[in-house]
Amino acid sequence: MTDNAQTLRPAPSRPDMLRNSFLKTLGYALAGAFLIWSWQGAEMNPLVLVRESGNIAELAGDFFPPDFTEWRFYLREMIVTLQLAVWGTLLAIILAVPFGLLCSANIAPWWIYQPMRRLMDAFRAINEMVFAMLFVVAVGLGPFAGVLALFVHTTGILAKLFSEAVESIDPRPVEGIRATGALAIEEIVFGVIPQVMPLWISYSLYRFESNVRSATVVGMVGAGGIGVVMWEGIRGFYFAQTCAVIIMIVITVSLVDVISAQIRKRFI
Amino acid sequence: MTEAVRVSRLRKTFRGGKVALNDVSLSVQRGEMIALIGASGSGKSTLLRHIAGLAIADRAQTGCEIAVLGNSVQQGGRLARDIRALRGRIGFVFQQFNLVERLTVETNVLVGLLIRVPLWRSLLRWFTRAEKEIAQNALARVGIRECCPQRAGTLSGGQQQRAAIARALVQKAEVILADEPIASLDPESSRRVMETLARINREDGITVLVSLHQVGYATRYCPRVVALRNGEIVFDGPSAAITPALLSDIYGSEIDAIGDEEFSVDDTRLPTRPAIAAFAGGLSLAEARA
Repeated sequence: MTDNAQTLRPAPSRPDMLRNSFLKTLGYALAGAFLIWSWQGAEMNPLVLVRESGNIAELAGDFFPPDFTEWRFYLREMIVTLQLAVWGTLLAIILAVPFGLLCSANIAPWWIYQPMRRLMDAFRAINEMVFAMLFVVAVGLGPFAGVLALFVHTTGILAKLFSEAVESIDPRPVEGIRATGALAIEEIVFGVIPQVMPLWISYSLYRFESNVRSATVVGMVGAGGIGVVMWEGIRGFYFAQTCAVIIMIVITVSLVDVISAQIRKRFI
Repeated sequence: MTEAVRVSRLRKTFRGGKVALNDVSLSVQRGEMIALIGASGSGKSTLLRHIAGLAIADRAQTGCEIAVLGNSVQQGGRLARDIRALRGRIGFVFQQFNLVERLTVETNVLVGLLIRVPLWRSLLRWFTRAEKEIAQNALARVGIRECCPQRAGTLSGGQQQRAAIARALVQKAEVILADEPIASLDPESSRRVMETLARINREDGITVLVSLHQVGYATRYCPRVVALRNGEIVFDGPSAAITPALLSDIYGSEIDAIGDEEFSVDDTRLPTRPAIAAFAGGLSLAEARA
């Protein structure tokens, strides 16, 4: 494709070639300068890894063997984590349906979809952990604060994804519904929703997977679930127990991913 | 009231300045079956879409009005307030069928009942047994009752088009506007779709206004033909009065592009090569975008 385009173009004259190669060099130089600048800003120092390798090895050693004596407690907290993720995601899906439609340029007028999109941007821009800290203050310690945190952040993400699906539908079936004299809301229920359903389901399941991962950390700021246990472990230098918790998180997250991938396959 | 469709001084300019329809006036009596013919881009689809209120005429044109069954569809570039109620009495059949492919054929046909079903039930997609029976009977009339539980997307083009006609029947449409209903179909399906339209025109007295690219079908199924060229009506009369000279006038240079068999009345020889469908389809898409 690009080859064809190049052969079709007339051969560049000599000053053009000089200018092109100059621009190219300048581009590389700028990219290099940007990387060096970021390296300094991030205080990159790989030598520390070598110098401190003894300490790191010792710390890693403290994690093994993992201590599973309290596994019943971990399991209970793990289940709470999943429950928290389920409700955080479900509430987000319920709200993302109307919000997603209101964010779509082919459904809503600009004076609705523009402000709605900015609101969803704000929901998305703020991390779950920040929302979790705020909700812990608002509703107190515990999983409910975590549910609310996941709910708000996920609503922002799903509304955007849902509206992108709505904007890419085939408009012709919708016009077919409109031609029967149906109301605008009936056009959505019969013409739009059936078209976007597979994508919406797929996005929702994907967000559920992400939310299980997020739910394991919102506990670190007191918003319930296994994260609370992990944070206690790390702060109290109970590394063997922390290791057991991490192993359980890895297993749970992997299981959820596999199961949700299986479900998603059926809808695509 | 014996007038089914009245179009007065319709003018439509697309964004970009192309005049799609120029001062078009047309009167259709109840019970008529009329073919709209003309080359691609001559304004057939645009005219039908204006009659259904799916497109809006230029505001600047004075005296521009479209009425269906005695009720105004649009006037001076503004849609009538009760357009939805009026659309309910107009069935529209599209070139690309415009069914919702992921819904069952039955549900697609039941959409024609939405104007009569209370809103809370339609939002839940809840239809009574009697309503489903109406849909099934309509599908039986167009000869595809057995397709009822299938997803619309699994049907052939001809079957989808007949399902679309069944939807218009369920709607109890008094006027059916069919926009190139056979342009994407093979000859056998085309014949069946045209016969279905002719039958409901004959048996139910439904007024049918059908745009066709192929003159052969127009003269075979429609007693009256209206021909458009560059957005103007150049012929309006009995199909028997169509002459080769008129056809070359209507189609102009497109004769070379499409081939002479276009004008054969023998429908087994009518061209349905993909190139023609793509040609017509591409143009109607461009129109929709404009």
